[in-house]
Amino acid sequence: MEKMVHVFLMGKQYEVPANLTIMGALEYAGYQLVRGCGCRNGFCGACATIYRIKGERELKACLACQTKVEENMYVATLPYFPLVKEVYDIEKVRPTEQIMMQLYPEIYSCIGCNACTKVCPQGLDVMQYIAYAQRGEYEKCAEESFDCVMCGLCSSRCPAGISHPQVALLARRLNGKYLAPKSEHLENRVQEIKDGKFVDLIQALMQKPIDEIKELYNTREIEK
Amino acid sequence: MYTNEMLESMKKVEAARSANAVLEPRRMTAEEKETLLATYHPDYKQGEFAVLQIGANKGEKVPTELAELLQANSRINPAEIDLSKVDYDVDVLIIGGGGAGASAAIEADNNGAKAMIVTKLRIGDANTMMAEGGIQAADKENDSPAIHYLDAFGGGHFAAKPELLYKLVTEAPEAIQWLNNLGVEFDKDENGVMITTHGGGTSRKRMHAAKDYSGAEIMRTLRDEVLNRQIPVVDFTAAIELILDENGKAAGAVLMNMETHEILIARAKTVIIATGGAGRLHYQGFPTSNHYGATADGLVLGYRAGAKLLYADTLQYHPTGAAYPEQIFGALVTEKVRSLGAKLINVNGEAFMHPLETRDVSAASIIRECSDRGNGVHTPDGIGVWLDTPMIELKNGEGTIEKRIPAMMRMFGKYGIDIRKEPILVYPTLHYQNGGLDITADGMTNIENLYVAGEAVGGIHGRNRLMGNSLLDIIVFGRNAGKNASSKSKDVTLGALTLEHVNKFAKEQAEAGIKTDVVSPKLLPNYARRK
Repeated sequence: MEKMVHVFLMGKQYEVPANLTIMGALEYAGYQLVRGCGCRNGFCGACATIYRIKGERELKACLACQTKVEENMYVATLPYFPLVKEVYDIEKVRPTEQIMMQLYPEIYSCIGCNACTKVCPQGLDVMQYIAYAQRGEYEKCAEESFDCVMCGLCSSRCPAGISHPQVALLARRLNGKYLAPKSEHLENRVQEIKDGKFVDLIQALMQKPIDEIKELYNTREIEK
Repeated sequence: MYTNEMLESMKKVEAARSANAVLEPRRMTAEEKETLLATYHPDYKQGEFAVLQIGANKGEKVPTELAELLQANSRINPAEIDLSKVDYDVDVLIIGGGGAGASAAIEADNNGAKAMIVTKLRIGDANTMMAEGGIQAADKENDSPAIHYLDAFGGGHFAAKPELLYKLVTEAPEAIQWLNNLGVEFDKDENGVMITTHGGGTSRKRMHAAKDYSGAEIMRTLRDEVLNRQIPVVDFTAAIELILDENGKAAGAVLMNMETHEILIARAKTVIIATGGAGRLHYQGFPTSNHYGATADGLVLGYRAGAKLLYADTLQYHPTGAAYPEQIFGALVTEKVRSLGAKLINVNGEAFMHPLETRDVSAASIIRECSDRGNGVHTPDGIGVWLDTPMIELKNGEGTIEKRIPAMMRMFGKYGIDIRKEPILVYPTLHYQNGGLDITADGMTNIENLYVAGEAVGGIHGRNRLMGNSLLDIIVFGRNAGKNASSKSKDVTLGALTLEHVNKFAKEQAEAGIKTDVVSPKLLPNYARRK
C-alpha cells in the first residue's frame, strides 16, 4: 500500500501518494494543466508555487515540478507574475550605471529586507545581485544571477516592486556582449569561412564515394 | 531511499573509482556498433512501428503513436470555420516559441517583415530551454567545418542530407558569434578563448557551453530580444490546422486559444513551423527529457496539408536520463557530465564502455548492460547503471561540479543526493526527434511558402544526432527560415484562403478505411488521472 499524504490544492483537500511532486499531485488530483507547467525539469520557471505547512507561519516557495508534497501542505500556484520588462536596443545600450537608473530605477528603492533571497527556489542570493546591479557591477551581477529561471517569485515578495529577473537578464546581456573578453579565434574563423577558406575541403569530402567517407570516419583521429 | 542492492553496488563503484578514472575504455568498431544497435536500440524494434496508409509518406513506417496522430481526425470541421474573418494578418507567421521560432522572428524582423509568433504555451517553453550541455562549432585552430561535417555525418549513419549538414557546419561559428553579440554568456577563459569540450562522437573539442544552462541562457536571451523588438507573441494559442490558398501555397493557420478554446484565423504570406519535438508522445513507453508541449504538432499540421516527412522512424534516446529518484525519472542528465570525465559503471563497478560513444550507441549499450548482461542496478521503479560523477572532481579538482554543472548538482541536491560525493543512476530517456518535415537548404518544404526550422525538421542530422548539434541547428535553421520566409513574403500575392486540404485528407482517411476517435494535433499529453 502506497503511503499517502493530505494536501490542499488551492485550498481543496486531496489525498495523494507521498512520493509525488506538487505538479504530480495536481495531475493525480485530476487537473489537466495548461498554465503553470513548462519544462517539468526546473529550467523554465513556469511552475512557481507558494505553500504553507499547516501550523507553521512561514510562507514557502518552490517550483512545483521540483518539490515533493508534504503532509498538510497548502498549495497555491503562481502561473503568471506581471514582471516589468523594459524595452531597449542591445546595440545602443552600454554597460554603464546610468542604464539601470534609466530602465529599472526602482532597484535603488531596495530596502534590504532580503525577502527575494529567502524565496528564491534556485537558492540564489537575489538581494546581492541587485546590489551589484545598483553599483553597475554587471559581471558580478551576471555571475550571481546566472541560474535564475525567471519564475518571478522574488518579485512577488518585493516591497519595492523590483523585477529582479529582468534586471539580471539585462546585466547578463551587457556582460556577455560588452564586458566579457572577445573571442579572437571565433572572429577569425567566421572571417575565414566568409573568405571561402573551407569550401574546397568540405566539397571534396562531400563528393567522395560513401565507402571512402565511411573509412575516413572510422579511422579519424580523435583529440585527447 | 537507496535499497540494499543499490548501496552494495555503490560501494563497488567507490572502490573501483580511482582505477576506473584513469582507464581509457576501448571504442567500439563499426561492426560492433552495428550489431549492438540492431539488437538493442529502440529504433530497431519492429513491433513498435506502423506503416502509414495515407498521406505523402504512404507506405513508410513511423512509430505507432505518431502514425495514430498523423492519420487522426482534424480538430475542426472546415465547414464551420469562417476564413473571411481574419484576426491576425502578417507577413510571416511563426508557429512555435522555442529557439528556432525566436531566431526566425528576429531575422524576419531584421528583414523588415511583419512577423508574429504563436505558441501554445509561453515563449521559451521549449526543449531549447532545457538543453544543458552545449552547442557545437568548429572555431578552434585544430578544427574545421570539414571535420565537424565528418563527425556529424558519420554519427548520423551517413544519412544526413548533405546540403543541410553543409549549412549547419559552415554557419556554426557565425551562429555562436551572433548569439554572443546578442549577449549570450559563453564559458570563456580570461583571454576570451571559448572553453570547449568533447561530446559523444566528436573528434575535436568543439562543445561551447554556458555552464549546464546552455539552452536556457540562449533561450532567455532570444526571448528578451524578441520582446525588445516588440514582435507580437500570441501565447497560450495553438495552431491546429494550416491554411493554404487556392493555389496550394501556405497562407496561415487556424488557431485555438488553449484556455477559452476560441478559434482565431491568422493569415500570412509565409508560414514557419517551429514546433519542436515529440518526447511527450512517450514512444515505446519511455520517459522523456522533453518539455510539456513536445507532441509533434508541426509534423501533424504539415502532413495533413501534404508536406513530406523524412526519417520520422528515427528517435534519439538520450543515454543518461535520471533513473533515480523517481521524482525526476527520465529527466536529462547532460552529456557534459561525461565530457567532464564521469564514466558509465555497471552494478559490479566495471566501466563497461567508452563514455563518449555517440548517443544511439551509448543508449543501446546501457540497455544491453541492463538486460541481457544482467549488470544493471535495480531501483524501486526500474533499472539503471551508474554515472560516476565524483570522478569529475577526482580528475579536474574540487569545485568543478559546482562551476561547470550547477543545474545537475541542484537537481539531485533537492533529493538529498550530492553528486560530488555519490554517483547517480541513469537509463536512456526519449530525447530528440531525429526525423521531421523534409526541407531544402532554403528551409522550405514541398508546399510553397511553408518553411520549417528546428527539431521539426528531418534530415539535418541523419539517423542520429550528436550532442550540441541541436542548439546549433535551431539557430542556423531558425535564422535561415526567418531570412528566407521574410524575403519570400515580399513577392507573395495570396489567393483565396481554403481548408480544402483538410477535407481531402478526411476523404483519403475514409477511403483507406481508417476509423478513429483520435484528434490531432495532440497539443498536450494527458497526465491528469481519471478515475
